[in-house]
Amino acid sequence: MSSRQPLPNWALNVLMPAMNVLLALIVGGLAVAVIGENPFEAMKVLAYGAFGTGTGMGFTLHFATSFIFTGLAVAVAFHAGLFNIGGEGQAYVAGLGAIMMALWLDQTHWIIVLFASTFAAMALGAIWAIIPGYLQAKRGSHIVITTIMFNFIASAFMSYMLARVITNPGANAETRTIAEAGRLPLMAEYFSYFKYSPLNVTFIFGILALIFVYVLIWRTKLGFKIRTLGSNPEAARYAGINAVTIIMIAMAIAGALAGLMAVNEAVGVQKRLVVGYVQGFGFVGIAVAFMGRAHPVGIAFAAVLFGALYQGGLELAFVMPSVPSDLVVVIQALVILFSGAMDEMFKPMLERIFGAFRSPSGNQDDTAEKKEV
Amino acid sequence: MVENLTQATQQPSRAAESVPAIDLRGVSKSFGPVQANKDINLTVKRNSIHGIVGENGAGKSTLMSILYGFYTADAGEIYVHGEKVKIKDSSHALDLGIGMVHQHFMLVENFTVLENIILGAEGDHLLAPSMAAARKELTRLAEDYGLNVDPDAIIEDLSVGQEQRVEILKALYRGADVLILDEPTGVLTPTEADQLFRILEQLRDEGKTIILITHKLREIMAITDTVSVMRRGTMVGTVATKDTSPDQLAEMMVGRRVLLQVEKTEAKPGEKVLEVENLSVTDDIGVPRVKNVSFDVRAGEIVGIAGVSGNGQSQLLQAISGMFSPLLGEIRINGKKIKFDGDGVAAEVRRMGLAHVPEDRHRMGLVTQFEEWENSMLGYEDAQKYGNGPMLSLTAARKEADKRIEMFDIRPQNSRLKTANFSGGNQQKIVLAREMDRDLDILIVGQPTRGVDIGAIEFIHKQIIELRDQGKAVLMVSVELDEIRSLSDRVLVMFDGEIVTELPPTASEKEFGLAMAGLDPAEQ
Repeated sequence: MSSRQPLPNWALNVLMPAMNVLLALIVGGLAVAVIGENPFEAMKVLAYGAFGTGTGMGFTLHFATSFIFTGLAVAVAFHAGLFNIGGEGQAYVAGLGAIMMALWLDQTHWIIVLFASTFAAMALGAIWAIIPGYLQAKRGSHIVITTIMFNFIASAFMSYMLARVITNPGANAETRTIAEAGRLPLMAEYFSYFKYSPLNVTFIFGILALIFVYVLIWRTKLGFKIRTLGSNPEAARYAGINAVTIIMIAMAIAGALAGLMAVNEAVGVQKRLVVGYVQGFGFVGIAVAFMGRAHPVGIAFAAVLFGALYQGGLELAFVMPSVPSDLVVVIQALVILFSGAMDEMFKPMLERIFGAFRSPSGNQDDTAEKKEV
Repeated sequence: MVENLTQATQQPSRAAESVPAIDLRGVSKSFGPVQANKDINLTVKRNSIHGIVGENGAGKSTLMSILYGFYTADAGEIYVHGEKVKIKDSSHALDLGIGMVHQHFMLVENFTVLENIILGAEGDHLLAPSMAAARKELTRLAEDYGLNVDPDAIIEDLSVGQEQRVEILKALYRGADVLILDEPTGVLTPTEADQLFRILEQLRDEGKTIILITHKLREIMAITDTVSVMRRGTMVGTVATKDTSPDQLAEMMVGRRVLLQVEKTEAKPGEKVLEVENLSVTDDIGVPRVKNVSFDVRAGEIVGIAGVSGNGQSQLLQAISGMFSPLLGEIRINGKKIKFDGDGVAAEVRRMGLAHVPEDRHRMGLVTQFEEWENSMLGYEDAQKYGNGPMLSLTAARKEADKRIEMFDIRPQNSRLKTANFSGGNQQKIVLAREMDRDLDILIVGQPTRGVDIGAIEFIHKQIIELRDQGKAVLMVSVELDEIRSLSDRVLVMFDGEIVTELPPTASEKEFGLAMAGLDPAEQ
């Protein structure tokens, strides 16, 4: 009789996500086949669209940059034991700070615009996340509920701001466009490989954010406290870690990271702020963080995967018009479903398989150890 | 249900006296690479009390879980009353007449005794007929075995000892013929434990078979007829209780000679280090847990707090260590008052010279999914030696962890291993090493050896006494009366949140028993 075997790290962190994505693609492929198109052809178009050309690659990495920010926002909070569903709202409100700085300073130089709007975006994102953090830490209101509610508040608040306060007269609920001098340079200006793609300097911030989160979580005392609180709140209390402070700091960092998406998308590409610019990227960040196991390396890969799905999906809708654009959304949703919601589906099966292969040798190791003692 | 009852009562007469109640042959069970049970043979004679002893992780609970149908064995055969069976689940085990009384009671708190007893054995869509039948059966069981409990009492109004009787009645009502009791005396006062033993003896005399799992050798000697010793998943041996001694059993359990008695010299108490004055603590839902408690601990002495678990000891420890704000009263360390202002007081109390080994190392003392070196700095992570400013120096932290592994003989000697992979005793040593390897004035320690194997108990006791001999103050809370009596220089007995009395460790067990039940022996 075979027994279950705890999975080694590579199986848990690489094999399982890969199987989930593969399953999502198979089910998505079936849907394509039902419509009457060739699923292999469709997958080829999707992959080529995402990685085949410099332009495609640029789009993929541009989307991935936003996913890195929203994914890290979920991951940092997750390490503190908090489920931050509010990336969507945090990124949205951050857009307000980012665009106001950009519009104010757009006659100076793009570097000034970059840093000023980055600062403002992080500050507003942080503030929007600190409030639910405070309510959780001090009042015990569950952070899942409050961050979801704050997404709605953000949505209503931003609609009001864009329609009434910082609106561009004549246009439809959006701000004016950033002047030429203040626009962030695209990567295409330096690397012609990325030509026609929106990939911009914020991509570098994405990489820096990944490194920052790694150092923060695993190389600082604050990170140690965050992880202690997240893994065992009682032990944190025993250790004298101030839970209220740590929760608020972790949420502030999470909100600031989510806010960076505004610099990438609103300031960097759209060059103005439009209603609903986040387009669900904040929610996809949850799937990215889960698939990436809340680790920066995993998040980098997961972000690129979702970036590829977005870009490849656009390409697919363009090349195969008979595939409705809704089906592209279905494929993306399947990946979220299998790697986010049903993440551990293969776990029991894999544990049995590993148990069957490993237990004889495992027992020998065990007995050898016992003889030593 | 009725069928089962008749079946169970008929069995003893049907089978011959020589057929064992339970016979396990070559039973093995592994969880992944860990082999919890290896080729176990166990024969339990009918009408006997059979003890099973072994250190934590020796495989006692796994073996009993196999017998109770909770796990399926990987290999081996099980015979119940001479018949080979394959136990599918716990209700199948009950059908075979095997009942289990768990360490943690499985009772619905706001149901009556009767309701709890028929729970899962209702037998009919309407409650009234089965209730009536159960009431009759309950009266019979109470008469036969001296198990007196009011059938209409609500569970939460009962004492722990009475709740345990309900658990036993539950098993008997379902026709249990073989009763398995898992660490039954852990939550009982000495008097309640004695009452339980009387009941068990009566059950045996009336034809039942009892398997008693425990780690207390004294109980084994007092009540069992036969005892089996397990060590690291194997069955070391089975002996008749009258032919053995606690020392021999301890040696069988550990595999080497162990010192059960602690050797220590007379205490030389010095200055007051810890002063507790009129301390009252209420818990999160407003229930008073510690009531107007005052005492002090001097340098160079070990003060023990005895009492049945749940009488306010946990809350007292949490208040002294700065984890929980008391309602009233004052706590002073070296004359300096602890200021309770918000979260993180525990860190400040540490800086005042207090080291705290918590009662529950899994829930508090350790983050089990962390690597060992990370736990080696838990609570002290802000110290300069673990890195400058906000940064953490992994090399410094790991180096120190390695040093402590050496000092406290923590095994396996690998600071990069996940803490969950260390045994209970070694996990406790990780906590002790962290709290003792520092400049401290007072150590407060809760349940120093709970879930710790005998070999490590010896080591931990020595460390605590050594600390005292260095002139440090020690406050110890333990539910193990033997431990309290052998280590402490003075003993305070806690009952219902109050310190009932102070006794010398040499006081008799009877005096302790009375005090732990809330009666001052001086007034008796």
